[in-house]
Formats: sequence, structure tokens, C-alpha cells
Amino acid sequence: MRRGRSFWGSFWLLLGVLYFTVPLLATAEFSLRAGPGRYTFSSYLTILEDPQFRASFQLSLGLALETIVLTLALLVPTAYWVHLRLPRLRPVVDFLSILPFVVPPIVLVVGLLAVYRGAPEFFIGTPQVLVAGYVILTMPYVYRSLDVGLRAVDIRTLTEAAQSLGANWRQVLLWVILPNIRAAVLSGGLLTLTIVMGEFTMANVMLFYTFPVYMNYIGETHATPAAALTLISFTITWAAMLGILFLERQLGGRQVQIGGAR
Amino acid sequence: MVPFFAYVGAFLLLPSAAVLVGAFRDPEGHWTLRYIAAIFEGQYLRAFLNSVEISAVTALGGGIFGFLVAYAAVTGGPRWVRPALTTFSGVAANFAGVPLAFAFIATLGTTGLITQLLRSLFGLDLYAHGFTLFSFTGLSLTYLYFQLPLMILIITPAIDGMRREWWEAAANLGATDLQYWRYIGLPVLLPSLLGAMVLLFGNAFAAYATPYALTSGVVNLVTMQIGNVLQGNVLSDPQLGQALAVGMIVVISFSMSLYTFLQRRTARWLR
Repeated sequence: MRRGRSFWGSFWLLLGVLYFTVPLLATAEFSLRAGPGRYTFSSYLTILEDPQFRASFQLSLGLALETIVLTLALLVPTAYWVHLRLPRLRPVVDFLSILPFVVPPIVLVVGLLAVYRGAPEFFIGTPQVLVAGYVILTMPYVYRSLDVGLRAVDIRTLTEAAQSLGANWRQVLLWVILPNIRAAVLSGGLLTLTIVMGEFTMANVMLFYTFPVYMNYIGETHATPAAALTLISFTITWAAMLGILFLERQLGGRQVQIGGAR
Repeated sequence: MVPFFAYVGAFLLLPSAAVLVGAFRDPEGHWTLRYIAAIFEGQYLRAFLNSVEISAVTALGGGIFGFLVAYAAVTGGPRWVRPALTTFSGVAANFAGVPLAFAFIATLGTTGLITQLLRSLFGLDLYAHGFTLFSFTGLSLTYLYFQLPLMILIITPAIDGMRREWWEAAANLGATDLQYWRYIGLPVLLPSLLGAMVLLFGNAFAAYATPYALTSGVVNLVTMQIGNVLQGNVLSDPQLGQALAVGMIVVISFSMSLYTFLQRRTARWLR
């Protein structure tokens, strides 16, 4: 519904653009500061050479990949079965998949600790325990993405065709269904990546040194490198979001993807 | 299917049940209302009120601001503005937590860019006038950075649903712009607007990383209090953390029901 330009329209638009861009410009300026009126790239070098940066970044990246694999292994067959065979279960699965919206990360970690505080050290004592919660946090987004992807494909015909050629269930899922919903899978994976790379709440409470926890530590001690880290982190989010948008254009459907650590 | 239900059972339902039950039991396993009563007192009550207040203020502020920006982008301006705004909102809505707090420290902190520019260009010292980024106002301004894009993303489809014909029909009958909004525009959009703001409320209510990084965990919000109990920063029973968590679940469940109700109202006019 276009009605042409107006003074107030332009005013609010401009104000919105300023609100979005000024903090980013300020962060860029801050990250390059080296005393009054002097600028340098040294804070970026400080960060990139910090072994703790590398360690925490790798830890978060590893957790993200584990979360992606586990989430997809759980949700792809589930979404597929709901579409193909068990539409009666759809309301239940739909409800469970949005339930994490009612249980924010800080509440989930209270519950996880209440149940698993006494669990064996190999489970509760390693950062991998975070993956257990991250799968839950990302589930609503990944499930919705897969649901949209499966809707766009005639999975019944594909399944029957594959089975008539002698494929078993595993082969159908891996070699027929998965390639046909790859855009949805990749889009869900990228969103999981951004969420896990930024997840601070659970890691901080459970005392694991992930990338956002490292970032917070740097922020408490060195202001300029923290600004550099902020821009690095923003670039990752930006890249992942552009990837998701590109994939969704291929999917044809438009959906709003909002995850992230608040 | 079985692995899915088993997983959700073990890592979502069981922990949630443990919170809901644990909040009502003392260390000896007897039923008690002691912990629930505690969250209605002193600093914990204050924490709930603060959380609700900041969520409501930023939901309202971000909601109105976001609607105005989205409306301007949909109805006017160059054609490229809209896709650019949607893309950027997608990124900004996901840019929150620790890095967001730092971005605002670099902007409005004591040595932030805007603080310094105001000081050198206009001789205006924000911090001498009582402003600090680490206060309620500062925290609200920071929250707005993820509330605003979220509002733009949610409300744009609703604005799309408004027909040009409605406005034309109203204009043909001699309605002014104000009358159009008073009798057609607002009544049609109101459920969508309120629904979106309810989502924004829940979004801010659950925030932990942003206030923690901005204030080093000092600001008194529910999420901070729960974190303090879990990390052992305060001497208290884990049941207190569970009681606070139950309080959060109740508030969020209430706002989600309100959202579902408003969604149903929306479906009458906007598809």
C-alpha cells in the first residue's frame, strides 16, 4: 500500500536508520582508538593473537556444529514422519517445538541443574553439556524452517518412488528427502550457528569459557579490544543472516527468523 | 519420533517439571510455600517489578517507534528502502547480548562517541546531567536496539494487509487523515500492534546477557537474581532460584496467552 512520500514518513525512517547505524559506527571508531585523535588497528591484532580468543572461539564453533548435527538428527525424521504418516501428532509436536519460548534460557538452566546436578562428571563437567540445552533453545526455529521446507516438497511421491526402487527408510531420508529440503536444513543450521555463537546465559551460569563469556571478560578488562570483538561478532551475525535470506529466497517462502541471545 | 520425544522429555519437560515442583519443596522434601512467598518480598519483588517495568517500557517504546518506521518504509520512500530495512532488521534482531552492550558502551558510555561529540560540539555533558548508560534509561535505550527491528519484522506483514481502498473509500466520504486513523486504521491494526508488543515484552523479560554485560550483573532484574543464586554469589537455597524461575514462567505464559488471543482477533480483518 504505497501512498507516496511525506515529511513525517521520511523523518521516522531517518531516525530509525540513525538508531541502527550510529552504535555500529561508534563501535568501529572506538575499536580503532589509540589515544586522543590517533587511530590504529592494534586492538584487532591483540584479539587475533590472544590464545584465549582462539580457544573460546573454537569451543563455541565446536558446540555450534554439535548442536546443528544433533538438532537435525532429531528433527528431520520427526518433521518428516509428522508430514507423511502421523499428522495426528502434529498438534503435539507443534506445541512441544514452541514450548522453549515459554522457558527462557535462564529458566532452562535452573531446571537442567536441578535434574542433572548429580550426574556423572563426563556429562555435567564438560562444555558438551551445553549442547543438551542448546538443542532445546534452537528447536523452535529449526523445526519451523524444516516444516516450511517439507511443505514445499511432495514428500509422499518422492518416498513412494524411492521405495519402489528398493530404498529403505534410512536411504529415503538421507538420499532423497534431505537433498530436497537442503535450503531449509542449511537455513536452520545457520540460525543455530548464530544462536550458539552468541549464547551467553547458560555458559556463564555453568562457568564454561565460550566465545561470549570470553567477550564479556575482555569487556570488563580491555575496552578497545572489546569493541573490536563486537565488530567481529557483528560480522558473523551479518554473514549468517545474509546466507539465511539468500536460502529463503530459494525456498520461495518468506519467514521471520529471530533467535539470538538477549 | 521416539528419540525426539525422549529428548524433549529429558531436557525440556523434566527440567521444567523439576522447577515447578522444586519451588514448592524444602530441602527435607516437605511441601512449602516459603520460597514462593520469598519472591513477593524485598529485593526479589523489586526485581520482578523492575523486569516488568523495563520490558513494558521498551515494548511500548520499541513498538511505537518500530511501527512508525515500518509504516514509513511500506507506504513511502524509495523502493529499495523496504528490502534493505527488512534485511537489516533481521540482522539487528539477532545482534544482542554481550556485543550489543559493548556497542552501546562505545556509543553512550563515559568515553563513547556520542557522549564525546555532544561534549566537544555543544558543550553538553550527559553524565554531568545525571545520565548514565548503566541506569534504567541506559538499559532501555540498549534494549530498544533489538526491540525496534523485531517490531519492524513482526508488524510489516500487518501493514501490508491494510488496503489502499479503505483509505480511498474513507477519503471519498470526506474523512480526514485523523478520522481515517481513528475509525478505520487503528481499530484494524490494534490487535496486531498489541500482539507484537506482547511478544516484545516477553523478549525483553527473558533478557540476561545484555543487562549482565552492561552492568556487570549489578542491575536488579529477575534474570540477574536467578543467575546470582545459581552461581552461588548469594547465600541461598537453590529452591529460591526455582521459585524465581516459576515466577518468570507464569509471567511469560500469561503474555503468550494474551498473544494467542490477540492473534485470533487480528485474523478478522488482516490475512
